[in-house]
Amino acid sequence: MTDLIRMEGIDKRFPGVHALKGVSFDLRPGEVHALMGENGAGKSTLMKCLSGVYVPDGGRILVEGKEAVLTSPKAAQDLGIGIIHQELALMRDLTVAQNIWIGREPRLSFGRIDEKRLNEETAALFRNMNAPMDPRMLVGRLTIARQQMVEIAKALSHRSRALIMDEPTAALNDAEIADLFAIIRQLKAEGVGIVYISHKMDEIKRIADRVTVMRDGAYVGTVAAAETPISKIISMMVGREIVDERPPAPDLSQAETALEVRGISRRPDLHDVSFSLKKGEILGFAGLMGAGRTEVARAIFGADPRDSGEILVHGRKVEIRSPKDAVAAGIGYLSEDRKQFGLALGMDVRANTAMTSLSRYADRFGRIDETALERIARDYIKTLSIRTPSDLQEARLLSGGNQQKVVIAKWLLRDCEALIFDEPTRGVDVGAKAEIYRLLEELAAAGKAIIVISSELPEVLRLSHRIAVMCEGRLTGFLPGGASQEEIMALAIRRESAQAAE
Amino acid sequence: MSETKTLISGAAQQKLLAFASLIALLIGFSLASPNFMQTSNMMSILQATSVNGVLAVAATLVIITGGIDLSVGTLMTFCAVTTGVVLTWGGMPLPLGVLTALATGALVGLTSGAFVAKMKIPPFIATLGMMLILKGLSLIVTGGRPIYFNDTPGFTEISQGSLVGKLIPSLPLPNGVLILFLVAGAASYILARTVLGRYCFALGSNEEAVRLSGVNVDRWKMAIYALAGAVCGVAGLLIASRLNSAQPALGQGYELDAIAAVVIGGTSLAGGRGTILGTLIGALIISVLTNGLRILSVAPEWQTVITGAIIIVAVYADQLRRGKTK
Repeated sequence: MTDLIRMEGIDKRFPGVHALKGVSFDLRPGEVHALMGENGAGKSTLMKCLSGVYVPDGGRILVEGKEAVLTSPKAAQDLGIGIIHQELALMRDLTVAQNIWIGREPRLSFGRIDEKRLNEETAALFRNMNAPMDPRMLVGRLTIARQQMVEIAKALSHRSRALIMDEPTAALNDAEIADLFAIIRQLKAEGVGIVYISHKMDEIKRIADRVTVMRDGAYVGTVAAAETPISKIISMMVGREIVDERPPAPDLSQAETALEVRGISRRPDLHDVSFSLKKGEILGFAGLMGAGRTEVARAIFGADPRDSGEILVHGRKVEIRSPKDAVAAGIGYLSEDRKQFGLALGMDVRANTAMTSLSRYADRFGRIDETALERIARDYIKTLSIRTPSDLQEARLLSGGNQQKVVIAKWLLRDCEALIFDEPTRGVDVGAKAEIYRLLEELAAAGKAIIVISSELPEVLRLSHRIAVMCEGRLTGFLPGGASQEEIMALAIRRESAQAAE
Repeated sequence: MSETKTLISGAAQQKLLAFASLIALLIGFSLASPNFMQTSNMMSILQATSVNGVLAVAATLVIITGGIDLSVGTLMTFCAVTTGVVLTWGGMPLPLGVLTALATGALVGLTSGAFVAKMKIPPFIATLGMMLILKGLSLIVTGGRPIYFNDTPGFTEISQGSLVGKLIPSLPLPNGVLILFLVAGAASYILARTVLGRYCFALGSNEEAVRLSGVNVDRWKMAIYALAGAVCGVAGLLIASRLNSAQPALGQGYELDAIAAVVIGGTSLAGGRGTILGTLIGALIISVLTNGLRILSVAPEWQTVITGAIIIVAVYADQLRRGKTK
């Protein structure tokens, strides 16, 4: 059987970086081929070569046995190679239908667009996917998960024979992932080959036929998904064995309460949320997407207004109307979207570390004490082991894990007593994940009160001393750190109507 | 479905706001002065809007792509000059002059577009350079002296005649205004219904996404700048016809009035959003304000101050509205 796609000895250099070192990869019709590796391993670069975004410097690409030159995304699309990018590549101000058919609009005479056909074909597309969607809806108005569905529909609309999915489930909830997998299986049955990039091991086991692992721009190996244990794949990815075991929860019965939240409501997202958090405790928040976990954090932090409820720090009631008040009260919030809210990407590590504490290091003329900032930044680089050539490196050039550490440094410098981590390891690779986990544990051991919000149950279970579970804006219960996934899910789907029926 | 509802009311709100301000101004001025609501005064307001309105339409096209065109004013003048060269110095017939203005505009727009798309020069810089180049060229070509159109009978009719008035004597709508409405209508149609218009919004919304969709981004961007340039050519014809001459020193400063009209009309400078109707209303607000304040004998210096304040208030109102819908 001819391979659908065969990439041989692909080489790609960027100024200062040898991004791909003679990488080979192949894709058969009707298979799901997972491509794995840590961030920076070269997965995305390899797939950009296959989808015509980059032109490789060396090697060749064969599509159904014929050598292909892919100089543009269009050239790749014409050969039936479609890609769903990790960073959603959608136009927010256009409708669903307009997004899907961009560049291929059905036309009438004089360059006019056949809007009716555009919408009809889009509706048909979503009907086939069993996903209801209004073609006329503005994409910017959709949730991230719904936007992802638009991306998938767009790729499907190309009648692609090879489909590259770069972390397609990053923002989908379990039900949506199940829908996506149903679509993937349907495509497999139709003979479409799928390249599946993901960090989630359980997904690889569920959906992939083969797994190819890359490390540092080089090919490591290809294994059959069903027969290979996850630990083997991970060690292929990082080049060493990772030991990351959950340490026993500390005894906090004598610890003082650091943060108490009483009856926070914000219609329609939050209903009467109350909990308390001790010094040295890690409280995990679990729940399905849209359960209101991030909303709780934002309400505590003053980023969104509250209808009611009060917040106590060390037993004292504090008025929090804006993030400024929260920071003054010693509460820090590390957003799930680092790039948008957490970091000034174009500025260096030093400036980012000092961002929330600048006034402390400036004299009365507003001149900044750079010497002090340099010392502080270097201290944090050492204590948090941030991998950066210097404190003057721009934040955008760091890997996800190291960016996250810079954000943590920023809040530590600000002397926050309570830190809220929203998806602390999103976009962070396996090796760095374990490091972030250890860092959070050290912070807790040093007496900080920590809230961790995560969509990944294994992460919540790994980190939390206690787990708060939410459903539809309500706290449905607390579980001890060692709870099972089933116990959490039971609380996560306990809707109010169901509760009433009990 | 609640998403859709807030969206529609939000967009309607925005247009309503600009429109309501326009009506409020009209009512205010007519109460303040009996001369304001005269048909002749209304026509002169519309006539005064025609040039700025057409330029603002051109600016809107580029701004929706997320770019900016600072050269619309001096390009208008340059088009008037080339038309003068062909008609007065070359003695060619009128239609050829019209064609010259449009072709000059499109060609210059295409060049600006190439600077932006091919050479990756930021639109602000590329069109700033183009603005100065054109200003200089107009002066060089004419030797700094106006070119008059006395030898071309009917040239002033382009702007000052009234086709509508001939059909409906009670409505002496100047041709300049008719042309503004035609240009605005065509631009609206292009934005709403054609591929070119679709890419305007798409580019302003997420250029990288358009590129990744396999669209030839550079080519379309150049096409949009060229179209905007051709629209500036129309403005060049209008102003030359109104002055019966090509005035080479004129033009700089017009781009700011045009951009002001676009912004008051609710088009986002960030790109991806905007309407021609909004721009028209914005241009009308500026002319009504200028005209009304003049009738009330407010000093021209204060007129400028007030126009500036209006821009800030308009954009602030838009921000407030957006904050609410979020």
